[in-house]
Amino acid sequence: MLELKNIYKTFNPGTINEKLALNNLSLKLADGDFVTVIGGNGAGKSTMLNAVAGTWPVDEGQILIGGQDVTRLPEHKRAAYLGRVFQDPMTGTAGTMGIEENLALAKRRGKPRTLRRGISRQEREEYRELLKVLDLGLENRLTSKVGLLSGGQRQALTLLMATLQKPRLLLLDEHTAALDPKTAAKVLEITDMIVNRDHLTTLMITHNMQDAINHGNRLIMMMDGRIILDISGEAKKKLTVRNLLDQFEQASGTQFANDAALLG
Amino acid sequence: MEIINLINALPGAAAQGLIWGIMAIGVFITYRVLDVADLTVDGTMCTGGAVFIMLMINGCNLWVAMLAGTGAGMLAGLATGIFHTVMGIPAILAGILTQLSLYSVNLKIMGKANQAINVNKYDLLVSLRYIRNVPIGKNTILIVAVFTVVIIAILYWFFGTELGCSLRATGCNPNMSRAQGINTERNKVLGLMISNGLVALSSCLLAQYQGFADVNMGRGAIVIGLAAVIIGEAIFGRIFRNFALRLLSVALGSILYYLVLQTVIWMGIDTDLLKILSALVVAVFLAVPYWKTKYFTKPVKHGGQDNA
Repeated sequence: MLELKNIYKTFNPGTINEKLALNNLSLKLADGDFVTVIGGNGAGKSTMLNAVAGTWPVDEGQILIGGQDVTRLPEHKRAAYLGRVFQDPMTGTAGTMGIEENLALAKRRGKPRTLRRGISRQEREEYRELLKVLDLGLENRLTSKVGLLSGGQRQALTLLMATLQKPRLLLLDEHTAALDPKTAAKVLEITDMIVNRDHLTTLMITHNMQDAINHGNRLIMMMDGRIILDISGEAKKKLTVRNLLDQFEQASGTQFANDAALLG
Repeated sequence: MEIINLINALPGAAAQGLIWGIMAIGVFITYRVLDVADLTVDGTMCTGGAVFIMLMINGCNLWVAMLAGTGAGMLAGLATGIFHTVMGIPAILAGILTQLSLYSVNLKIMGKANQAINVNKYDLLVSLRYIRNVPIGKNTILIVAVFTVVIIAILYWFFGTELGCSLRATGCNPNMSRAQGINTERNKVLGLMISNGLVALSSCLLAQYQGFADVNMGRGAIVIGLAAVIIGEAIFGRIFRNFALRLLSVALGSILYYLVLQTVIWMGIDTDLLKILSALVVAVFLAVPYWKTKYFTKPVKHGGQDNA
């Protein structure tokens, strides 16, 4: 479904802040894969997701989504194939617009924006039903401004928006990192529910090793802009945090330096 | 300080306020909807009138001339949009560049700094002569009010469409908009064009009202526009939540601005000082929300917030 071929990306080339963020990165996702991505700060996890989303052009390499070359496609055109949820709950929704307006914007992802009504009556009913599934009480607040919602509610809504038009690929960029543990668990539960229901191919970055082990059918670990571990199938099911750390030390030849990744 | 002088002057002030109110609605679209302070308007506020008067003098139909004036304003917005999106210039600078260019353009359109149009020779839509003692259908205040209502209705409809919603999203959260497949660059250009089109339309009406277009007639327009927006919000903000009513509050804010201005002039203030007064009033109004958050925010009480 997704194929990254030999991707390179350097930030601030030619300056003192030059940083090789993606270093000959290649990755292939099968249809329906739910891949969790871990790695320390600066390993290139978010950079990889942004490369797929088209936030900026990559220096070298090729990006294919569903067999189609999107390497040169601008961000808003790639959006037709992608559902995205960001780390900051503020990023994924328009705070001054209503819940239903946000959903209606997402419903039209990948379609031309015409002079038809921005939101129709049938849509409202549809959104009400979809919001009920989240079990957050949002179904009775369709016209409330999204800016009034809590971080967890906004992330759940963003998830719904990302999957309203079935995306070929769902990109989750540490979407629970800014939430308290209880809310994070709830948002992860909703994530699993939607991904399983719609059989979505998913890339999920997380700082939490236990989450990375518990969710998805495949786990990759990144370091210095490339993938150093790729575990799937039965091996993934048997993983423990301890075991994952050992494998990391073998693969990288260093200690895992990020305490945050050990927590939880 | 004859009170009768003031009373006689107020209808004219209201008419001017209404005409500038259309410009202020244009400013509202960039400043509030797109979240961009567009300084192009100082130039556009002359371009519309300049195009209108030159076409009228050359025998053009009034409505065609007004349409052309509006179109010229939209082109100015397009120029700013291209500076901003294609050339990557910050929006404020892009507006300043277009504004400066328009000074030359306006001089070239008119051939000199000032072009007059005589209301006795041409059948104009509005004029300062049509304020009192005219048939109701010719009354300038009524005609401009109808213009304002129609414009508000069209904008209300437009910002409820798929395209209009995507424009509002672009101003509110560009990252989210792009993730939802919205072409934010194109939307910014479109918003700037709509805004400057409205400003130029207002300029066409103002040129007719005062009977001339002048290369300096738009100086400080952005400040008047902002004043109208924030006065309208300060007075009607709590009761007018609906988008159409918010646009109406901008028009009302503009009328209030001109009524107050007229009163201040009547009280005998040195008119040379009017611009600095306007600027300071706007500065204070813009500072109020900042001061509110900085000095008057109630400290959050701790405890009982565990489930927040």
